[in-house]
Amino acid sequence: MRKPVSMIAAGFALALSACGTSGSTSGSPQAAAPITIGVSVSLSGDFSGDGKALQQGYDLWAQDINAKGGLLGHKVTMKYADDASSTQQVVTNYQTLITQDKVALVFGPFSSKLTIPASAVVDRYGYAFPEPAGGGPAVFQQGLHSIFFVQPAAVEDNLVSYANWVKSLSPKPNTVAYATEDDPFTQPQVDKAKSLLEAAGLHTVYYHVYSSEPIDWSPFALAVAHSNADVVILGTQLPDALAFVKTFAQQHYNPKTLVETTGPDQGSQFSDPLGKNTEGIMVPAGWTPDAKAYGNEKFAIEFVAKYGGQFADISADSAEAYSVGQVVEQAANKANSIDNKALINALHNGTYQTIQGPMSFDSVGKPQGGVGVYIEQWQSGQAIFVFPSNVAAAKPEYPKANWQQ
Amino acid sequence: MSLVLQAAILGVLTGGVYALMASGLTLIFGVMRIINVGQGALVILGAYLSFVLFHNWHIDPFVGLLLTMPVMFLIGAVLEVAFIRPLKTDREALSVLVTYALALGIEGVLGYIFTANYRELSVWYDTQSFPLFGFRITLVYIFGFVLCLAILATLFLVLYRTAFGAAIRATMLNRTAAQLVGVDVERVSAMAFGIGVATAAAGGAVFGITNAFNPGSHYDLISRLLTIIVLGGLGSLRGAIIAALIMLVTTDVASVIISPEWSSFVFFVILVGVLIVRPQGLYGVRVRERI
Repeated sequence: MRKPVSMIAAGFALALSACGTSGSTSGSPQAAAPITIGVSVSLSGDFSGDGKALQQGYDLWAQDINAKGGLLGHKVTMKYADDASSTQQVVTNYQTLITQDKVALVFGPFSSKLTIPASAVVDRYGYAFPEPAGGGPAVFQQGLHSIFFVQPAAVEDNLVSYANWVKSLSPKPNTVAYATEDDPFTQPQVDKAKSLLEAAGLHTVYYHVYSSEPIDWSPFALAVAHSNADVVILGTQLPDALAFVKTFAQQHYNPKTLVETTGPDQGSQFSDPLGKNTEGIMVPAGWTPDAKAYGNEKFAIEFVAKYGGQFADISADSAEAYSVGQVVEQAANKANSIDNKALINALHNGTYQTIQGPMSFDSVGKPQGGVGVYIEQWQSGQAIFVFPSNVAAAKPEYPKANWQQ
Repeated sequence: MSLVLQAAILGVLTGGVYALMASGLTLIFGVMRIINVGQGALVILGAYLSFVLFHNWHIDPFVGLLLTMPVMFLIGAVLEVAFIRPLKTDREALSVLVTYALALGIEGVLGYIFTANYRELSVWYDTQSFPLFGFRITLVYIFGFVLCLAILATLFLVLYRTAFGAAIRATMLNRTAAQLVGVDVERVSAMAFGIGVATAAAGGAVFGITNAFNPGSHYDLISRLLTIIVLGGLGSLRGAIIAALIMLVTTDVASVIISPEWSSFVFFVILVGVLIVRPQGLYGVRVRERI
C-alpha cells in the first residue's frame, strides 16, 4: 500500500497547492516604458472571473493615462502576476514585483482575503497600496497607513442602504434569513445588516455561515427555503449566488425580497444562467454604467469599445480597478511626484474624483464621506439603481416577483 | 424532520453524480495503478463540451453525451498513449506529475478559449421539481442520478460480462500475470483510460447543469474525487459509489442538522475513522509489496 498512499498524498498536495502555481504575464510592452506598475491578479482559481475583470479595468486606465502622455509624463506599463486566488501566492507575487521586478508602484488584488496578507508585505517595503476590492473590516484593523480602499464605503456598510430600505417598508416584513460565506468580504456585510434589522424589530429565523468551498450549496439553500423568511440576505460570490436562486426556484420558495452581496452585479454572468429569474433580485452597488460620476460615461464607452459586449456586461470589478488608477493619477498630480511616500501623504489628504463618485480616506485607508453604496435591483433584464430615491432610476419592486418555472 | 429527509435524498442524488465522476478515477487507478490528478480538469472539459453543443446548437446536455462521451473516450486514449505510456521508470509517482501537468494544460486552453467567466448549462428543466411526500424533488438531480445509474450499470456489465471486461479485471488483479496469459495490457490501459475520461464527460454534463463552472473549477473537484476513492478503496468501483453517497449524504444532512460550517468536518471524521479501522478503504484490497 505504500506507493498508492504516497501517490494519493502527492495528488492531494498538488491539488491543494494549486495556489502554489504562478505565472507572470507582462502587459503590452511599449517602446518607452519609464515606469511599471505591478499587480497580483487572480487569473486562475476561485477569483479568476473577478481577477480578469480587475485586469481589464487596470489595462483600460493604463491605456487612457498613456494617451494623455503618461503618469506625470511617465509612460505606464502594467505587469501582472497570477496569484491563483491563493493567500500565499499573492504575498510571493508582491515581494517579487517589488524586489526583483522593481516596479515603481503597486495596485491591489481582488478580495479582502488576498488584500490582507498582501498589504502587510507591501507596507513593509514602503509602497502605497491603493486597492479596489479589499474593504472588509480586517483590512483596516491592521492599522496600515499605506493602504487605500478605492470604493465608496467600507465593505461592512454595503448593506446599510438595503437595511434602511427594508426598515422603510410598510407593512414591515417580519422574518429574515441570513446565510453567508466565511469570507472577510461577505460576512461583515451580512452581520451588520443583521444587527440593524434586529434592532428594528425584525426576527431572525435562520443565520448560518458556510465554507466558501463547500461540496454542495443546495442543503444550505434548502434550509433557508424551509425557514420561509420574508427577507433573505445572502453573503455570496457568483457561483453560490446562482445556486441559491436555482434552489429557491426549484423549491417554489418566494421570499418577498432577496439580496446577495455579489453575483447579481456580474452582468451577463449572472443573467445568462438565470434568465427571467433575475427579476427582483437586489445587490449592493457603488457603481453603475449609467451613473453621472466623473469620467464614467467615457469609461463605459471605452470599455465596450476595447472588450466588446454591452454596458450591462461591465463588471463592477473593472470600474473599481479603473478608479484606483484615477485616484493615483490625481494624487500624483497633487504631490507632483510618483514617489510612494509622497503619494501616501497626498492620498490621506483631499478628495479624489472617480467613476464611482468622490472619495477620501482616513488614516487607515477607509473611504470617508463618499456617496455610499446603493441598492441595485434586476428589473426586466437589467440591473438598475432603486434606492435611495435621490439616485433611483426606478422604484423598487416589492414584493419580488415569483420565480418562473 | 422533513428537511433532514429532503437533505438525505438530495445527498443520494448528488452523490450519484460524484460517484460517476469518481468511477473513472478509480477505474484508471485499478487498471494502471496511477492517480489521474487531471480527472477534475477532464470533468470540466466535459462540461465545456456540453456547453458548446448546448450554446451553439441547442443540443440538450444529456443528448449531447452521445457525442461528447465518444470524443472524450478518444481524448483519453490519446492522452494515455502520448503521456502515460512513455513513462517507463517510476511510473506511479511520475504519472501524478504528468496528469497534474495535463490538468494545468487543460485549464490553460479552456481559459484561453472560454475566458475565466463562469458558465452554467441553463436547460429548461433546471428549476423544475415535483412534489413527493410533502417536499419537492428536483428534476435535474433525478435525470443526473438515472444517467449515473445507467452508466455505472453499463460499466459493471462491461467489466463482468465481456471478454474485454475480464481482461481489464485481470490487469487490475495482476498486470504481469495478465500479460503472461496473453492480455494486451497496453491496449487495455488505453481503453480503460478512455473509459475513465468518457465517464468524466458524463459527470461534467451534470456538474455543468447544477453548478456554475470556470476553467479553475477543477481544483475543488479533484480534491473531493480523491477523497471519495480513498474512502471507497483505491481501484474499487463499488467503493467509489458507496463512498460518494456517504460523502454527500453526511455533508448534506450535517449541514441542516448541525450547521453548514460543520458539514465537511463530519464527513472527514467518518473518513479518518474508516481509515483507522480499514487503511485500505471500504472496499480496497490490502496489497503486500516486496521492497
